[in-house]
Amino acid sequence: MSASRISTLHLPPYSNSLISNLELPDDHSLRGSHDVLVRDDWEGLRLAFDVRSIRENFPILQRKVYGKPLVYLDNAATTQKPQQVIDAITRYYTEQNANVHRGVHHLSEKATHEYECVRCKVRQYINAAEDREVIFVRGATEGINLIAHCFGGQVVGSGDEVLISAMEHHSNIVPWQLLCQQRGASLKVIPIDDDGEILLDEYEKLLTTRTKLVSVTHVSNALGTVNPIGKMVEMAHRHGIPVVIDGAQGAPHMQIDVQAVDCEFYVFSAHKIYGPTGIGIVYGKEALLESMPPYQSGGDMISAVTFEKTIFNRLPYKFEAGTPNIAGTVGLGAAIDYVSNIGVEQIAAYEQSLLNYATDAVAAIDRLRIIGTASEKASVLSFVLEGAHPHDIGTILDQEGVAIRAGHHCAQPVMQRFGIPATARASFAFYNTREEVDTMVRAINKVGEVFA
Amino acid sequence: MSDLRDLYHEVIIDHSKSPRNFREIDPADCKAQGYNPLCGDELTVFMRLDGDVVEDISFIGSGCAISKASASMMTAHLKGKSKEYAEAAFQEFHKMITGQGEDAFDKALLGKLAVFSGVCEFPVRVKCASLPWHTMHTALEEKGEKVTTE
Ligand SMILES: Cc1ncc(COP(=O)(O)O)c(C=O)c1O
Repeated sequence: MSASRISTLHLPPYSNSLISNLELPDDHSLRGSHDVLVRDDWEGLRLAFDVRSIRENFPILQRKVYGKPLVYLDNAATTQKPQQVIDAITRYYTEQNANVHRGVHHLSEKATHEYECVRCKVRQYINAAEDREVIFVRGATEGINLIAHCFGGQVVGSGDEVLISAMEHHSNIVPWQLLCQQRGASLKVIPIDDDGEILLDEYEKLLTTRTKLVSVTHVSNALGTVNPIGKMVEMAHRHGIPVVIDGAQGAPHMQIDVQAVDCEFYVFSAHKIYGPTGIGIVYGKEALLESMPPYQSGGDMISAVTFEKTIFNRLPYKFEAGTPNIAGTVGLGAAIDYVSNIGVEQIAAYEQSLLNYATDAVAAIDRLRIIGTASEKASVLSFVLEGAHPHDIGTILDQEGVAIRAGHHCAQPVMQRFGIPATARASFAFYNTREEVDTMVRAINKVGEVFA
Repeated sequence: MSDLRDLYHEVIIDHSKSPRNFREIDPADCKAQGYNPLCGDELTVFMRLDGDVVEDISFIGSGCAISKASASMMTAHLKGKSKEYAEAAFQEFHKMITGQGEDAFDKALLGKLAVFSGVCEFPVRVKCASLPWHTMHTALEEKGEKVTTE
């Protein structure tokens, strides 16, 4: 069975609605004493990637916490914003504010143009085929809810199965759980191994005629595992099963090509990719989006309304009811520009090197165990420390200015899988440095002193 | 480090490492389960009553140093006291850790529990310290339901 079955799924005809550079820093702080430990060419990276000037773009990184420089290592929760993003939002409100897709006047035209330009930027960023395959939503969570409601509602019926993995964020569990309850379907879970990698053999066994949809995360926010999404999509497609990818932790850290991956849907949140909160995107294959019913209803998503009936607007507007988050969208555009200017590949290489450095550094700490040791990882370092609860680690690190997350990271089943109540999690961005990793390591050693 | 010692007093560290009354009471006259969804702290408080007197009190569970020490010291503090005393101590303890001021709570009543006064400087940790008390309170009310700090 080929993947093409998916784009020709026979679905109710809602679709009749369509009318249709580089300065060399002399920065010793970037050259930690552990340089010898590293596996890659840090010096080369340092030349290509001027982290010091990058940090200057992020005003919040200059601030202090308890009199100590802020070391922000909670990037998987949300990232900091460069001045370029802050300025873009300010400029929008100062110079362009108007509603979109409605006014005949100059400002509205400008705002509409800007708003649609961002759609195009997102399309380029994820290499979608068409602008109209990019839908603006509030974030990854709303994106998954949209897909579960509009697409899941069509393809999942009584006795069917939805397949997710054991490392999903609650946002990629609960919407499917609710859908399954409503439909009399069941939620199946692909197991993971002790390193936090998906067991592909088990996955294959779970792909059956009852499986109507697979939804997996690109990168695990709790473990850092990068899942082989291309392969997983291919395996699902052999059974004619559509795949949703939760890209909340993928989009910020690596090149995305939705056409190459061939997933049916991909979602991410702007705030995790240096943009503002309250905005995110759903990518969906055009034919599927066309066939789906609208998510919410109201203004903008219609093309004609009488009291008897409504003709829905064409894509993507069918899914964008009401006045959207225009300023947020503008901010997302600026964030994508910012990231693209540095280069996603450069970012990935730098972050990988930093993660390797941090992994080596914390692995040397007594009684520390890293949770999540997959061979492919991105930017997340979760750990537990014998004799100290993650919550206490979080408080002690905070006193040193080091912001990490402690808890279950909205992934309680992952904690259950590893038999722990919580982890401490450091998560990195391209503005973090090895010196900051060293500060974190010193702070972790303080935990030992407090509990000595 | 001095700021940290306000929170992680030696007595607290000691109780967190070797919690007192860390066991089940079976059969118990009342028990309740407490859960802090934010950090996954989970504990069960057991009590055996003799009329109005808390004859025995214990707990089991897992949690951070603050919640464990708080549970441990609470059980030590309340054993042999009356139910009314337990409820009154809860009120005073709560006032102390939510930072309502030096004069707002009864220091004499709290005794050694004063080591938790530093918690008020760490607002996100208040729930850790109060969880065992909320749980004890629920057990006494014999609701026996799961309480959460949310
Ligand atoms: C893997 C993953 N999926 C989904 C989400 C939800 O994102 P948001 O809260 O921005 O909707 C997150 C955020 O923590 C995440 O890490």
